[in-house]
Amino acid sequence: MVIPGTIALVFFSYIPMAGIFIAFKDINYTKGILASPWIGFKNFEFFLKTPDAWITTRNSVLYNVAFIVLGTVAAVGAAVALDGLRAKRSARLYQGVMFLPYFFSWIVISTLVFSFLSTDLGFFNKQLFPVLGVEPINWYIEPVYWPFILIFTNLWKYTGYCSVIYLAALSGIDQNCLEAAALDGASRWQTIMRIMIPLISYVIIIQVLLSIGRLFYSDFGLFYQVPQNMGPLFNATNVIDTYVYRTLVNVGDIGMSAAAGLYQSGVGFVLVLVSNLVVRKIDPEKSLF
Amino acid sequence: MKNAASSVTVSLLGSGRVGQIASHIIFVIVCVICLYPLALVIGISFSDESAIAIHGFKLLPSKASLVAYDFVLKQSDAIARAYVITIIVTGLGTFLSTLVIALYAYPLSRKDFAQRKFFSFIAFFTMLFSGGLVPWYMVCVFLLHLRNNLWALFLPYTMNAWYVLIMRTFYKTNVPDSIIESARMDGAGEYTIFFRIIVSLAKPGLATIALFNTIVFWNDWWLPLMLVNDPAWFNLQYLMYRVQVNIQYLSSMAGNTNVAGEILRRLPSRTAQMAMCILSIGPIVLAYPFFQKYFVKGITIGSLKE
Repeated sequence: MVIPGTIALVFFSYIPMAGIFIAFKDINYTKGILASPWIGFKNFEFFLKTPDAWITTRNSVLYNVAFIVLGTVAAVGAAVALDGLRAKRSARLYQGVMFLPYFFSWIVISTLVFSFLSTDLGFFNKQLFPVLGVEPINWYIEPVYWPFILIFTNLWKYTGYCSVIYLAALSGIDQNCLEAAALDGASRWQTIMRIMIPLISYVIIIQVLLSIGRLFYSDFGLFYQVPQNMGPLFNATNVIDTYVYRTLVNVGDIGMSAAAGLYQSGVGFVLVLVSNLVVRKIDPEKSLF
Repeated sequence: MKNAASSVTVSLLGSGRVGQIASHIIFVIVCVICLYPLALVIGISFSDESAIAIHGFKLLPSKASLVAYDFVLKQSDAIARAYVITIIVTGLGTFLSTLVIALYAYPLSRKDFAQRKFFSFIAFFTMLFSGGLVPWYMVCVFLLHLRNNLWALFLPYTMNAWYVLIMRTFYKTNVPDSIIESARMDGAGEYTIFFRIIVSLAKPGLATIALFNTIVFWNDWWLPLMLVNDPAWFNLQYLMYRVQVNIQYLSSMAGNTNVAGEILRRLPSRTAQMAMCILSIGPIVLAYPFFQKYFVKGITIGSLKE
């Protein structure tokens, strides 16, 4: 029964893993992949010497940190707030609406964002800014706004989804704990911070751990589709995933693209092991494996 | 809600009347932020193209028109074709992937399957490490010839370690060992047990995985971006992407040449783009109330550690 799945894993995961040797070769199409000469770590040297290595690493890490911190706070906050609503039917409706953006593809979201940001037609420049007396902004040319746009878009898409996880954990909390807290005269804030959050901390830790392991990975669609692949924005929007893609498809430099990809998955692998080790030291029950 | 009064409710803004109303106001604002972009795009798609050129994108069109939908639905073979391809790929991909995952996860849930640790590990490990984009691309194109054909649009997504873990948890909690035991006493083989008994016991779990897969295939543009450049195999999402890129290109040319400007003026380009967007998310939004609870269940199972 495991055979079909194993075949798929071998072809789409394990043979590509063996294919990391491409990163150590000077790929020459006329010679073929196997016959191309070995060049050791030259591809990595070239990659690390480009300014893109620093920019993409910085962007990947900083955006992920922002997503982890803000995303977790927003999702846990939304879950606690939803859990605290007495009107359960409204709570379900709010949850349903907040969850909806999760089902939109990045192409769709790119179109939604464009309807706000289009320079000559967009809602901001044409409707909102004239009312506020603000000068139109050339959104797709000026990178300074993009950290905010990308962080907001990411929160918009994922907060509802993530809050589902925390809401499920919250609903599993023993009512007796909360009643005891109420009897002891704990304030609202104390109950939330001292009892509810610690009780769901294992779920939060697993989610954060998974995200830390993916600190070098980004949502390709968010960083490629939403800024519509605009060159002037690369300083603020280029991450390792988009760099690997553009180096392969636009530049055609297979070796360097493979090197950047291996740099990403190698560091990512170390990160996930280290973060899991740290958690296991602190509290073995909360570790991932 | 009467039963809520008996349980303890701890609310961020207070469980009193004022706190509850304040919470409701905040949630309504958040919901408006979630839905407003969608409403705006719907508004644009029903607007007249020339009115947009003058007034910009508006929630309520200054001049309503169905030209964009007429253009998208009747005059463009490419869109009808992309729709068909998306439907076929979503059907085939969802069926294959759900079947493969269901088959793979079942033995992993059984304590009497000796190699379950090994097969769990090789699935789980793919979540931790990958060979990267370049080797994956090479394997797909040169080894498997997944380029400009139907297979390229769904085969690479067949396995998904995360869904395997969800499904395994589902079998463990919903399939009692005693049923398998008694079926075996009756002389049923493993495949008979699986297809006759396990599948019907695990229906809600299978539905969850199938729905996850449906969304993945319906929304996919990554596989065509990597593996397709022949317009005959464009799916809906990827066609939308190409249209967006082409309009962007024409707009950048419009200042330089009259031809590009003329093409842009003659076609309902922006409204058509928005109409395509609405047509691609329409089925999801319409089906959403029915499948939402399965997603909530799947995510909840997936987030629990064993």
